[in-house]
Amino acid sequence: MKFIDEYRDADLGRRLAARIRDRSSRNARLMEFCGGHTVTILRHGIRQVLPPTVEMLSGPGCPVCVTANSDLDRAIALAGERGMIVATFGDMLRVPGSYSSLQEARASGADVRVVYSALDAIEIARRNPDNPVVFLGIGFETTAPAIAASVLEAEQRDVANYFVLPMHKLCLPVIRALLESGEVRLDGLVCPGHVSAVIGSLPYECLPQEYGIACVISGFEPLDVLQSVAMLVEQIESGCPKVEIAYRRGVRPEGNQRALEVMNTVFEPCEADWRGIGVVPESGLRLREEYRRFHPETVVKVDVPPPREAAGCICGDILRGVKTPLDCGFFRRVCTPDRPVGPCMVSAEGSCAAYYHYAGGEGASAE
Amino acid sequence: MQNRILLAHGSGGRLSHELVEKVFLPLLHNEFLSRLDDSAVLDLSGRVAFTTDSYVVNPIFFPGGDIGRLAVYGTVNDLAMSGARPLYLSVALIMEEGLPAEELHRVVTSVRDAAEEAGVKVVTGDTKVVNRGSADQLFINTAGIGVVPEGVNVSGANARPGDSIILSGTIGDHGIAVMSQREGLEFSTPVKSDCAPLHRMVADMLEVCAEIHCLRDPTRGGLASTLNELAVQSGVGIAVEEEKIPVGDGVRAACELLGFDPLYVANEGKLVAAVPEEHAQRVLEKMRQDPHGAGAAIIGEAIAEHPRRVIMRTLLGARRVVDMLVGELLPRIC
Amino acid sequence: MCLAVPALVTSVEGSSAEVEAGGVSRRISIWLTPEAKPGDYVLVHTGYAISIVDEVEARETLVLLEQLVAASGGEGGSE
Repeated sequence: MKFIDEYRDADLGRRLAARIRDRSSRNARLMEFCGGHTVTILRHGIRQVLPPTVEMLSGPGCPVCVTANSDLDRAIALAGERGMIVATFGDMLRVPGSYSSLQEARASGADVRVVYSALDAIEIARRNPDNPVVFLGIGFETTAPAIAASVLEAEQRDVANYFVLPMHKLCLPVIRALLESGEVRLDGLVCPGHVSAVIGSLPYECLPQEYGIACVISGFEPLDVLQSVAMLVEQIESGCPKVEIAYRRGVRPEGNQRALEVMNTVFEPCEADWRGIGVVPESGLRLREEYRRFHPETVVKVDVPPPREAAGCICGDILRGVKTPLDCGFFRRVCTPDRPVGPCMVSAEGSCAAYYHYAGGEGASAE
Repeated sequence: MQNRILLAHGSGGRLSHELVEKVFLPLLHNEFLSRLDDSAVLDLSGRVAFTTDSYVVNPIFFPGGDIGRLAVYGTVNDLAMSGARPLYLSVALIMEEGLPAEELHRVVTSVRDAAEEAGVKVVTGDTKVVNRGSADQLFINTAGIGVVPEGVNVSGANARPGDSIILSGTIGDHGIAVMSQREGLEFSTPVKSDCAPLHRMVADMLEVCAEIHCLRDPTRGGLASTLNELAVQSGVGIAVEEEKIPVGDGVRAACELLGFDPLYVANEGKLVAAVPEEHAQRVLEKMRQDPHGAGAAIIGEAIAEHPRRVIMRTLLGARRVVDMLVGELLPRIC
Repeated sequence: MCLAVPALVTSVEGSSAEVEAGGVSRRISIWLTPEAKPGDYVLVHTGYAISIVDEVEARETLVLLEQLVAASGGEGGSE
């Protein structure tokens, strides 16, 4: 496949890894913010080919993992409403909320449907004009513009029974909150490539300036990640942190202005509750006044039981990069992909799921 | 014949008989079925292989096949994985009230065609009709009987360290073909289901190597789940190489688009074999001569280390664990 | 963040486009990249094109990578 295969060249990858091992002399603590990068790293065994000086930590860039229980509980409560159709990306289906999950709700008779795109949800709404159809809006800035566009399209096509439950999150506010907390000392950040395709590189400028950390915006193929690590190591070795775009084929410094406009037409920033991190100001999105009618609770008020966290679950610490799945007492013993305690084990790109599936759970990958 | 299947078609009365006479018998007639006895009486000698499977695929028609074809080949293949020669099938249908008669006819015609192609006879059957909403259009159960030749001893528990692991062709075709028709995912692709009967290829393989240790078809759960099953059953480790596993372009593209891993996508016309290393090349060549084994490849080996686990060498030369499928295969955005 | 796949735009109709990648075709929305035209490659995420692929940069990246590894003396790595 074009623009994918070339970036999986095994030979080039091995040589890139050798180059990193050559160049790295200082300790480099790198966080890959994005769950998609965590998956690439574990799937291709990238940690194994990096030198011991380079440490990779997984961050909170898994929109499913950071969705607070209260939000998920609301979605599940909506699913329980008679006649309601809930459309969702597949990622959310098995995530445990306080008391249940969308999958369990479906097994109990709720109409929950997995879709690939918000547009599919609009189609479902068109085909079922007597049922309210709620689309669960999750994702970062990669996805929020698409959901916003779906609202505009539903408005244009007069699909009156299409609703969106906004649970979107924004990246920079939480990255800053993490760095501010001082809990995690970082030398560099592998920045999310597709979020950046939308927001560009300028929003990251404050990070080297205020926190002295190296930043490289990375694509998702193994060569992309290796290239980004190589560039981060260069910045760290030279002591010159800055923002660089490695993923030049997908990201421009100004991002996608049109996508940002569409997102800002429909949504506005608000405070958001991040699992494991707490409430972060201006880090979420809600529907603007003029689009509030797309919120499902304008047609049905649901009773959401008080949220509760699974006792002993340390997903929060893992999301902040303070602990790894191996530090969790439940990991693999109690919490498995089949019987997940927390979201990090369910989401395809949650740290715990990635460790479990690719690293065998026993610690380092099998040698 | 009515346009649609009604509850009365399953009640045992006149409409049920009409269904048998107008649809099943004309298509599936043979000396056993035509007697319309309650059971088929068969003359068998030797070790009998017996298997059953239910088919609930949705949608029932997909590129490269349909539920009828699947129901025959799937059970034929289960028999073949024991090294058996498939002989007889039972076919039981559970139909949803309202199923268009024309669709039933198409499916039963497929059953007929598949049985003929595979050289098996449908000797007994059953039909039931349930209320609208109680079944997803049509469910089929088939049970199959075959005979295992003398000296053949194939089992998932027989793999030994040193065995070569051979895969008969590309993975993921069936799952992607079916997925492409699902509501909410529709995409157009040249990928067709690989649904096919493998017993002749298996017979040829056993001819060149009577000591084939394991045979298994990687259906639901994909290649990854099947390799894990073999590893656990046999108590060995399995090491495979990512570069050696054949994946068609269309499957790769669809998997990239939707966020699937081809290792977990279903197959319906492929098998995995564990063969003593010294015979592997000959078995491989024999497979490649068969139309259903043209893309066969040795993808790895059984080893003594890390028993019950499947380890894959990645493109970068690193190693990672390949787990069984967890939950269902779901498209993802992340 | 997530899964976005490069696909070739084969036709455009209003805010929709037909795209193809590796033989798979799908109808997607170009609401967010209205300037996309047949022959362009776009990054597709959940049925929307979020960015137009810069093919020049794509080629340059590979050149850059080759240069980067050549500079380290062409070792094949410790594998």
